Amino acid sequence: MIRTEEMLLNVGPQHPSTHGVFRLVVKIDGEIIKEATPVIGYLHRGTEKLAEDLQYTQIIPYTDRMDYLSAMTNNYVICHAVETMMGLEIPERAEYLRVLAMELGRVASHLVWWGTYLLDIGAVSPFLYAFREREMIINLLNELSGARLTFNYMRVGGVKWDAPEGWIDKVREFVPYMRQQLEGYHRLVTGNEIFMKRVKGIGTYTKEEAINYSLSGANLRCTGVNWDLRKDEPYSIYDRFSFDTVVRTGGDAWARYECRMQEIVESLKIIEQAAAQFPAEGSIMAKVPKIIKAPKGEAYVRIESPRGEIGCYIASEGKKEPYRLKFRRPSFYNLQILPKLLKGENMANLITILGAIDIVLGEVDG
Amino acid sequence: MVQELLASPPGLMNFAIFFLLAAILLMVILGFVTYAILAERKVMGFMQLRHGPNQVGGRWGLLQTVADVLKLLIKEDTIPKLADRPLFILAPVIAFAPAFLVLAVIPFTDKLQFADIGVGLLYYIAISGISTVGVVTGGWASNNKYALLGGMRAAAQMISYEIPLVMSLLGVILLSGSLNLNDIVSAQSHGWFIIKQPIAFIIFIIASIAELNRTPFDLPEAESELVAGFHVEYSGFRWAFFMLSEYVYLFAMAALTTVLFLGGWGALPFLGFIPGAVWFSLKFSLIVFILIWVRVTLPRLRADQLMEFGWKVLLPAALANIFLTAILKELF
Repeated sequence: MIRTEEMLLNVGPQHPSTHGVFRLVVKIDGEIIKEATPVIGYLHRGTEKLAEDLQYTQIIPYTDRMDYLSAMTNNYVICHAVETMMGLEIPERAEYLRVLAMELGRVASHLVWWGTYLLDIGAVSPFLYAFREREMIINLLNELSGARLTFNYMRVGGVKWDAPEGWIDKVREFVPYMRQQLEGYHRLVTGNEIFMKRVKGIGTYTKEEAINYSLSGANLRCTGVNWDLRKDEPYSIYDRFSFDTVVRTGGDAWARYECRMQEIVESLKIIEQAAAQFPAEGSIMAKVPKIIKAPKGEAYVRIESPRGEIGCYIASEGKKEPYRLKFRRPSFYNLQILPKLLKGENMANLITILGAIDIVLGEVDG
Repeated sequence: MVQELLASPPGLMNFAIFFLLAAILLMVILGFVTYAILAERKVMGFMQLRHGPNQVGGRWGLLQTVADVLKLLIKEDTIPKLADRPLFILAPVIAFAPAFLVLAVIPFTDKLQFADIGVGLLYYIAISGISTVGVVTGGWASNNKYALLGGMRAAAQMISYEIPLVMSLLGVILLSGSLNLNDIVSAQSHGWFIIKQPIAFIIFIIASIAELNRTPFDLPEAESELVAGFHVEYSGFRWAFFMLSEYVYLFAMAALTTVLFLGGWGALPFLGFIPGAVWFSLKFSLIVFILIWVRVTLPRLRADQLMEFGWKVLLPAALANIFLTAILKELF
């Protein structure tokens, strides 16, 4: 009988595949994981506490830095919460710009996920292909907002800048180009035997577990739960577009991969329709007072970010600043199932499972 | 010439000649390694929408590797406090020396070969196995958990893939009736073994990629899992030695594939006026290019899948190939 010894291994906070400063303390026997304990908080900046001293407009740039891969959805959720409290009517053109920005952001975010996930699995090239396409989206959003990553684009009541001349045409051209590139992605990766062997049946959980752990986004839909806030609780103008909720039933990393890849296609559909319906002119800002004060009371809104359900709760005393602000950050909730999934897996699967959850550390740590 | 020297009584003179020849070969190999690294980076860059090195040494980056090696030479040589010092220092040498040793038997042309020994193929396989010891030693001596995991993976992988590698070669040996690499080349004058032994060729290429620790079999140094695997604690020139041995093996393996399956320095029909050395380097470059191509394209296997593939797919296929070859040889 061979006697083996368990050892304690710190994966992170500096590790190439933890996507930031995430630390995982794993007890391993050989390469088999006996126990895994996530340690988070290395990137905690106290956004929620800071927000209590800030005016609503001043909070928006802080949300850029939470989920820095899809800052537009974060911008939207805080604006949407304040608008809900104030009962504002948003001009048509602003809504279209918001939807376009958010969906472009979703595609960019999924592209980053795709590239880095393949990097985790050991294929280097897809990363660079994904970033080529992402760069085009970043350029589009840069033209719109003047920033590449931390856009600070949306405002309570509308958006800060109007679309520059010819921007909509560029978006229209981007959609068929992206579809074509997606085909290439599938040819390179999706059908690859090694890739399928690496992800199929890995990190499987059931519908009930997903719901119990409060997972959302692709992590939830991969188990067969048909739940997409854009469809089930339409906010903004999402009820005007025809698109499908992507659902898979496998519950494994492969199902999550398929979900995200298909979500890019659905987002492109929305972008295409929004660009076609885009109003020729109109205001981009509702009539809002100079100093925004949310009325006394509280509100909770939730929207679908690329990573799942992002929520914003505001308790207001009727002042310029919120009394209490809370974000439901999807990456943080999605991460909770990790220790359970890792038990009994090996080191290679650790990376596959962690990558498939799609966390952004800025959002996990808040 | 080497044959005569080997037969002559030992003395200072022929020691000096041997030393000189080895030094020349080392220079050639280092020259190759320098430009193989550059070629790899350029080809990878081309496939990945990048430029690759383009600053040092003109727009082709011709001196990039030289600059890199110089940088490694003047880097601080760190040895972890709790590392097993003697073994830590010894490991890169154990890994590198065999890589260079195996080159002695490879016939580059009908004249250019350093040692034409009867069991050349066996020699290659036996010596190249020693490098694994260096890798495992390095992984263990570093006193680092990632390095240990990498070293263990390397040991398991190399043992598992050495067997199908050797088994796939038995078909070639059966057909040529010799372990001598020169005889194997001349046996291919009427048809390369890649045509007569396609199964063996495929198994050999896969197993040799695994032996070379390259993607999709780069588990011992899997960057995304083990940070850098067995050489995670190495820096400066010791690290360069590990890298060097890896690229020298790339050279050796590509040369061996050329000799065993692509007819060595032999020319294609009607093109015999082109010298053998050109043919050899052409075929050789093709193999190197394929190895780079594979690296750029594929993701990495998992350790257990790697084992499964080696023992359950490659080995039976190699065994079947031996029987098939034997039967065909008996019939025709």
